Amino acid sequence: MMRNSDNPSLPPDLHDQRVRAALRRYWRSNLRLMAVLLLCWAGVSFGCGILLADWLNQFYLPFTGFPLGFWFAQQGSIVAFVLCILVYCLGMNHLDKRHHAELKAATGIRK
Amino acid sequence: MDTRTWTIIFVGASFALYLGIAWLSRVRDTRGFYVAGRGVPALANGMATAADWMSASSFISMAGLISFMGFAGGVYLMGWTGGYVLLALLLAPYLRKFGHFTVPDFVGDRFDSNVARIVAVLCALFISFVYVAGQMRGVGVVFSRFLEVDINAGVFFGMAIVFVYATLGGMKSITWTQVAQYWVLITAYLTVAIAIAIKLTGNPIPSIAMGSSLQAEYSGGQAAFLLERLNQIHVDLGFDRYTDAFNGSWDKVNVFCVTLALMAGTAGLPHVLVRFYTVPSVRAARWSAMWALFFIAILYLTAPATAAFARYFMITSLNGATVETLPDWYRSWERTGLVLWFDDGDGRVRYSAGRDNEIFRNGALGAAELLEISRSHELWKNSGGDRGEDARTVLLERGLSGPDQDIIVLATPEMAGLASWIIALIAAGGLAAALSTASGLLLVISSAVAHDLYYRILNPAATEKQRLLVGRAVIGVAVVIAGLFGIYPPGFVSQVVAFAFGLAAASLFPVLVMGIFSKRVGTIPAILGMLTGIGFTAFYIIASLYFGMAPWTFGIFSSGLNPQGIGAIGMLLNFVVTLALTPLFAPPNRASQEMVDSVREPEGFGPAAMIEQAVDH
Repeated sequence: MMRNSDNPSLPPDLHDQRVRAALRRYWRSNLRLMAVLLLCWAGVSFGCGILLADWLNQFYLPFTGFPLGFWFAQQGSIVAFVLCILVYCLGMNHLDKRHHAELKAATGIRK
Repeated sequence: MDTRTWTIIFVGASFALYLGIAWLSRVRDTRGFYVAGRGVPALANGMATAADWMSASSFISMAGLISFMGFAGGVYLMGWTGGYVLLALLLAPYLRKFGHFTVPDFVGDRFDSNVARIVAVLCALFISFVYVAGQMRGVGVVFSRFLEVDINAGVFFGMAIVFVYATLGGMKSITWTQVAQYWVLITAYLTVAIAIAIKLTGNPIPSIAMGSSLQAEYSGGQAAFLLERLNQIHVDLGFDRYTDAFNGSWDKVNVFCVTLALMAGTAGLPHVLVRFYTVPSVRAARWSAMWALFFIAILYLTAPATAAFARYFMITSLNGATVETLPDWYRSWERTGLVLWFDDGDGRVRYSAGRDNEIFRNGALGAAELLEISRSHELWKNSGGDRGEDARTVLLERGLSGPDQDIIVLATPEMAGLASWIIALIAAGGLAAALSTASGLLLVISSAVAHDLYYRILNPAATEKQRLLVGRAVIGVAVVIAGLFGIYPPGFVSQVVAFAFGLAAASLFPVLVMGIFSKRVGTIPAILGMLTGIGFTAFYIIASLYFGMAPWTFGIFSSGLNPQGIGAIGMLLNFVVTLALTPLFAPPNRASQEMVDSVREPEGFGPAAMIEQAVDH
């Protein structure tokens, strides 16, 4: 039978230890990135926008009339959400690229 | 030209555009019908998702809600946008990698069970029908308010349009009309907000204007921030300060729970999830989640600004006005009953939080009933309180103090003295928001019945032609049912929208997350978890809305848990039950585990079927 690694259009051979290891690394980096971003997500909304909102309201967003807690609840958190997803997209594109390179290296040695 | 003529022109032109797009993107196969041939670019899908997501209530009611809630309005702003972070990070890329057509497809295949599939189908159907009923009603309301036609005629027009483009091109034409609808609705929304922002503060960006100083003509000469001035007015009239956190029943725990339930609910709504099946790759699914939230954020960052501007205009233009000086917008909206004034005899309007308030709304009162109340009030006023009845007491008891929340978006153009064509633009925008959401929901209903029930369970041997025919027929039937809901609105529709979010948060969201992030969770724990989440959430909402059950306090809530927030607890229960039972039951079979492996792989790596050739280690 033709090995999958001989033909790039076929999926990588999961029999291969190095391929499996690369996949595991990819998944772990993904989880790490996710965890960091979910912390930011919860921090701006549940943290600054809700739990700390009444305390933060004594300060103002510099140069504006926004009490800080109010600003987080109605403006800041939404902006932060968009940034969270943007960072995720860029981060995952980077991880994808690294993963492809690792797989190529793993299967390349075999040839 | 008057507003009515402009409205007919704008609405007519936008409808012609939608039909034209539908004709150009008609389809002939199920892949095109359910997932637009998986050929939608990320940017376009983001725009379509945004239009799909922003409903008639986002467009018409949300700014009004925030305007009357002040700080607590952040619940909706954070809840309905924060869900996209969960969607992008936890669900969208994996569902796209899985492929197929629907959300129940994933649940059924991952847990290898038709029972799980049917539970998911029922959730999807229930959520979508609840939602679509409100959209059809929204179409009727916009028609009746701007064109002064019968609500039912409006619903019928809306049904006819959606029927044509949804059956013709399924997901493909729905997607491209949604892109057009996004432009219509965001243009309408921003035009008004920007005009008011400039008028009040001189700054054209609403989000920045909200935190800026008032123009000299409004602040009486001395420099004052808009929000500061608004707070001051609120205090003077006995309202809570606009920017203060946690007033009344919106205590910290309630705000927390409702926000969480709305976030998880957003991430679990089937009509949003299916949109991520339509893009060409996993990478595109991630980007389209980013674009979707970006386009949604444009409206959601503007809504709180519109809310604050309108609040300011409304209070300052009403208070102290006499019959001669009442603003024009009041005159034109008084006819609809969205805002009413019952004078106490001094001839001056007073809009306050106390018993001396004179501003009300008609709510669900009929025209005859309202006439009776106002006649009796005239009698009361003229007789110095001897005969008749004070309408203010009557309406206060019925909880109808203050203007209707819908008036904020509908009347702001007039409040700010904008041209009549801008008001017409709002009508076209409101219709675009309602129709785009309705069509997305109808497609979910169609795919749940035609794909998950008919093809996957009842008749797996169905040919492509049969499947497409059933899909089209179901959309047709669903449009008619939705239209009937719009014409004869069941009294519960507005209340059960909270139910739709609660249910999505307590059922679909947890089961999808655990299906992707755990290889160990098996069929039985997953089904039991879903049923617990649904059962608990349904029980709490039904009992507290219809049987007068006192809200639970769990010992930590000062005022009892709002039914809108119960989905957060239902979701936790679902997670806890499923994860606690998991060790007691068999792990999923090899095929399911390999399916999980395959959805976790980055793009370009094979389908589950190929992995089966691998030997396990």
